[in-house]
Amino acid sequence: MLGTAIIIFREVLEAALIIGILAAATRNIPGSRRWLAAGVAAGLLGSAIVAASTDAISALADGIGQEMFNAIVLGVAVLMLAWHNIWMSSHGAALAAEAKAMGSQIRDGRSECSALLLIVAVAVLREGSESVLFLYGIAVSGESGHASMLFGGLLGAFAGALTGYAIYGGLLRLPIRWFFTATGALVLLLAASLASQAARLLIQADILPALASPIWDTSAILPESSAVGMLLHILIGYDQRPAGMQLVFYLVVIVSILLGMHLVKQKQPKHSRGQDTALKAA
Amino acid sequence: MKFIFVIVMLLPVLSYAEEGVYSLIIREHRFQPAEIAIPAGKKVKLIVENQDATPEEFESHDLNREKVIAGNGKATIYIGPLKPGRYSFEGEFNPKTAQGTIIAR
Repeated sequence: MLGTAIIIFREVLEAALIIGILAAATRNIPGSRRWLAAGVAAGLLGSAIVAASTDAISALADGIGQEMFNAIVLGVAVLMLAWHNIWMSSHGAALAAEAKAMGSQIRDGRSECSALLLIVAVAVLREGSESVLFLYGIAVSGESGHASMLFGGLLGAFAGALTGYAIYGGLLRLPIRWFFTATGALVLLLAASLASQAARLLIQADILPALASPIWDTSAILPESSAVGMLLHILIGYDQRPAGMQLVFYLVVIVSILLGMHLVKQKQPKHSRGQDTALKAA
Repeated sequence: MKFIFVIVMLLPVLSYAEEGVYSLIIREHRFQPAEIAIPAGKKVKLIVENQDATPEEFESHDLNREKVIAGNGKATIYIGPLKPGRYSFEGEFNPKTAQGTIIAR
């Protein structure tokens, strides 16, 4: 039972942390909660469909369909996270200043909400399909005690969701001046982390060269199987033996998003200048 | 001219032969063989065939690889080039029994 709980916990944790961070980052956008819930629902539905068609997806493109599919899913998430951060860098301060955004900002908020829906759906889809497969495996195996294993899975899912809620609650407690810097930095690193995962899959499928592989080996100091290693893997994309190409993807995404945020900020200096300087000072 | 054409046509065949293909079977939540020796410094293609009815996830932090294999399904995973050494992998859905090692030398 405990083994099942841990496996499901690991799968759920990644999606839960992404949702927790985004739920905090979009807390002032009107209607964001409903979009978030819709994203989770869409992701769960997608999980079941993807799990049921695992074999068909795998067989695509000469046996590397799964990598292609997951890399595309991750690519969508990276784009949406990038868009979210760039959008927040021009609207975040304004949203904080006025608790209720009006007029054009609500219209802007709607496109931001669809990005939110996509990110959440994709996060749930990726980890959810693996959980569904795993639990399906237990259910059909008919081995003794599979009811307690399924209960373990439920327990793991609950613990994962609780951790996501904890990061959400923690972020909300931050003072407003730190809040945007913290959520912005977390989303930035999350995007880079997912890009690195996409690169790893494309190397695994032999579509991209690995470049130097591994570029470092820290498995003895901080193994990815440890709790800290796993958390850092999810949050900032820590890898104990990354390929050079993963680092390239990671850095390109960080630099591109920072550049985008900088350009958007320069274009719209009218949005509460005080907040901007406060952010820079921090 | 014809000679060059033949050489060009042969290139994919040559590169295919150069690239080692290794197979691995999952049966009753165990890898067979549990140890595979591969040449160090070369990229190899691993074909994992899952003969169980339940799905499995091939996972290895050492190899930096992760792939779900459907019940009675097959998966292709490219590995390496690796430095000489031992690299462990496991079936994440059945970690108690599904354990294996790749030895690069």
